[in-house]
Amino acid sequence: MTAAVAAGEPPRLRGDLAIWLVIGAELLTFGLMFVAFAFARSREPALFDAGQARLDLHGGAINTVLLIGGSWCVAHAVEALRHDRRRAAGRWLAGALAAAAGFLVLKGHEFAVKSAAGYDLETDTFWMFYWLLTGFHFLHVAAAALLLGLVAWRMGQGAYGRGDVHAPETAAAFWHMVDLLWIVLFPLVYVMR
Amino acid sequence: MLRHRIDRIGLFLLVATGVTFAFGEAGLVARTAWPVYVMLSLAFLKGLWIALDFMELRHAPPLWRRLVVGWLAVVVLLILLAWALTSRPAAAAGLPDKPGPAATVAPLS
Repeated sequence: MTAAVAAGEPPRLRGDLAIWLVIGAELLTFGLMFVAFAFARSREPALFDAGQARLDLHGGAINTVLLIGGSWCVAHAVEALRHDRRRAAGRWLAGALAAAAGFLVLKGHEFAVKSAAGYDLETDTFWMFYWLLTGFHFLHVAAAALLLGLVAWRMGQGAYGRGDVHAPETAAAFWHMVDLLWIVLFPLVYVMR
Repeated sequence: MLRHRIDRIGLFLLVATGVTFAFGEAGLVARTAWPVYVMLSLAFLKGLWIALDFMELRHAPPLWRRLVVGWLAVVVLLILLAWALTSRPAAAAGLPDKPGPAATVAPLS
């Protein structure tokens, strides 16, 4: 984090270049889907409003809080590792994993409810976008949680610390991207009319 | 007192999320235009801080920072454009040029 950046240090990406290339591709893909959703709604506003009315705004807001909380924990974990506070980093990572698990459980429940109610990819345009956007995002949260879990496991084996935060920074960058995507997705799909 | 920038940003993100939720819960976005502008502005600011401080692009090569922040700006602006182009029947009260959704608009008497 900012405090760890020494004055005069040359600019550098935090995390591996490969994950940043993946992040770039993901942002492009999701960006196209967000814009496609927005313009599809402009053609069928009544249909999209009716579909949105079936969504759980409270659940969406709780999921937003979980992702933000997870990002907050991840940022603290990386910062703690940079200062060799490994036990604190472990606690922050556990917090982030708990937030990720909470998101996946809550979202999984929402998917189960919608599926049981008969809303699927073929119901109409709104539900097609709903499943594509939120389902795709769900998979990314699961992948990000897996990466954080790997970092936590390796840390338990004694890895990482001051001067060795490349892998945690890489996992953190991917997690924050997942949060960034949801920051756009939540108002777009759950709130905006 | 919040001692750390991470905490201050986290708090802002939570407050902004609360505002967005409140707009949706109160149905404001279906009746007037300004909540949509506020909500999308907040989404942009939230994304900006996540990109600059959590993803640490503030200290990254400018190209990467511009790519991610530019992506965010373009996506939010295109969403706003699509919303502005949405044609809805019969104006909602107080917004003759940007009516609310058909499902929530009461018939004019």
